Amino acid sequence: MIFSILPDFLIEYPSQWIIPLSSWIEDATDIIIERGDLLWSLMASVLRFTLGEANAILSILPWSFMIVIFVIIGTLIGGRSLGIGTGLGLLLIAALGMWDLAMITLALVLVAAFLSIVIGIPLGILMSRYESLNQIIRPVLDLMQTLPSFVYLIPVVMIFSIGRIPALLATFIYSVPPTIRLTNLGIRQVPEDVLEAGLSLGSSRLQLLTKIQLPLALPTIMAGVNQTVMMALAMVVIASMIGAGGLGVEVLRGVGQLDVGRGFVGGICIVILAIIIDRLTQEAVTPPE
Amino acid sequence: MGESKSEPSVSVNGLVKIFGRRVKRSLKFLRDGKTKDEIQKMTGATVGVYDASFDIYPEETFIVMGLSGSGKSTLVRCVIRLIEPTAGTIILNGQDVTKMGERELMALRRKDVGMVFQHFALFPHRTVLDNVAYGLEIQGISKRERYTKAEEYLEQVGLGGWGHYRPKALSGGMQQRVGLARALIQDPAILLMDEPFSALDPLIRKDMQDELVDMQRKMRKSILFITHDLDEALRLGDRIAIMNEGQVVQIGTPKEIVTEPVNDYVAEFVQNVDRFDFLTAKDAIGPNIPLLRQDQPVADAWKAIEDSQSPYLVQTDGDNRLVGITYSHDVKAALQNGPVNLDQLPVHESEVASPNILASDLLPRMSANYQPIVLLDDSRRIVGVVDASSLVASLVDSSDED
Repeated sequence: MIFSILPDFLIEYPSQWIIPLSSWIEDATDIIIERGDLLWSLMASVLRFTLGEANAILSILPWSFMIVIFVIIGTLIGGRSLGIGTGLGLLLIAALGMWDLAMITLALVLVAAFLSIVIGIPLGILMSRYESLNQIIRPVLDLMQTLPSFVYLIPVVMIFSIGRIPALLATFIYSVPPTIRLTNLGIRQVPEDVLEAGLSLGSSRLQLLTKIQLPLALPTIMAGVNQTVMMALAMVVIASMIGAGGLGVEVLRGVGQLDVGRGFVGGICIVILAIIIDRLTQEAVTPPE
Repeated sequence: MGESKSEPSVSVNGLVKIFGRRVKRSLKFLRDGKTKDEIQKMTGATVGVYDASFDIYPEETFIVMGLSGSGKSTLVRCVIRLIEPTAGTIILNGQDVTKMGERELMALRRKDVGMVFQHFALFPHRTVLDNVAYGLEIQGISKRERYTKAEEYLEQVGLGGWGHYRPKALSGGMQQRVGLARALIQDPAILLMDEPFSALDPLIRKDMQDELVDMQRKMRKSILFITHDLDEALRLGDRIAIMNEGQVVQIGTPKEIVTEPVNDYVAEFVQNVDRFDFLTAKDAIGPNIPLLRQDQPVADAWKAIEDSQSPYLVQTDGDNRLVGITYSHDVKAALQNGPVNLDQLPVHESEVASPNILASDLLPRMSANYQPIVLLDDSRRIVGVVDASSLVASLVDSSDED
């Protein structure tokens, strides 16, 4: 054998040379969990409160009232056809017996989207202004979008234990990147000479941001929010593995018990919700001509 | 150019802008006399503007003309620090812009300077009225007041009643009027115009140029006007600075630029300009037409005629006023008759003209009989004499000498 002239360590990678990354991360996670105890519990209570409120709001009214409200919202945003479409979709969810579960899922998605807007838009603005921050955050966003979500489900569960809060966080991590990216992109896309015009008239940085950059970036930012909501919905099934509840549970049970019918019903309801939310957010962005 | 005694509104001195890395080293190389290309090779930095100096006086339209890449757009942006200058000073209305902090700079941009852009740079999400009112809005002026004023300025640029449209609904020429109104609403003494008409159709462009001339007659701003169009520069400019490769090559009145280009670059630029549009009668004065007092002896006159090879001479009185023209053959004939003075010779009436009319206007009057034309100033004193050969000579003058 030609390889026999090589020393052993070039043939088989020596086990003592393996970087113990996994134990480092475990140690780090332990430290983060211990040291950050107060922070985590504070965060958990805030999230629990927000989510609880959202749930309460969505479930306080009977299904019939909710449908009427959604039809009105749909009509206001996108005209009669969107209103009717929204109503029919929700009626189908109710008819499939999934209403309560759908509302739980909807609350989770809406809160995740809300968090994405509150955190993602300012972060995107900062990234557009500071190139160094842009360079740091971009790979992090890539990581958040490509890292299999199960990988961060584990530490999240370790910190918050099973329940809706870790599910919400996992959903947020997975779905926030588009809002950040597109806010950054939208602001960067504002034409240079328009900015110069604003500056030449004596705008302050804040005036430039609020009166020129953000309004011009708004369609792009809203496209990001729309994607964020869609991605949050895509996380529903995975989130239900760690206790999110809602429609994802139906799908999970369908898979676990080989109950094809049950799985499909849950899946169809998720799709209906997705379509409704997508149309509503998209219509909200398109300015009336 | 009578205003050159007053304080300049804009005074740019030794302005340098270097883009890219290793700016300090590049600047040193520049000072050592390295060229733009050498510096690009040595440091990778690009020299945008090098050592530009000029003054703009109140009510003057000052043109900076150059081809793309000559640094003219960079230059105008440096004036209000939309681009940070690398070195040099910029004084606007007596204040050094290069030393200003952010607040002062904001204040300066709000009240002293307005800018108009090549592609209009209107705010697409705002109505025309809100575009024009923007400058007042950011100063916290009430809606009613700023709208009233914005209407007024829209009216002034001929767009009254268009306030509620979006900029996109307007034609290019109209959009640029909005841009102009937006820049004017803060009533700045200095107006920066970065190729404002370049993006317009030729016909509209001409209209806008005429209108700017009209408006300037009323507004009396100090205008720094950037263009790559020589015709535009010659038409609008009180003075013109020609830029090439980041440097100001020549500064002068349109006439100076056309008739006395300082180097081949400028000469090539202006070679197709009709020099007749800029030459006045004064420029066509012939050097070798003898002027003699009528009390001078014929012998002197003959000598002058022989020296100059001129077919005639011009007789004057003791006060340098025109008496008339005498032909050389009459002088020659008189010479044989013994010593007499010029006043005894036949005198012919001469064409006269003001020295300030265009040289081209002399041409038709001259062609009839090749008579010389005597140029008289306001008090009827002789400024000089133009004849056919001097007129032609003035046309083919310096620009074709290589």
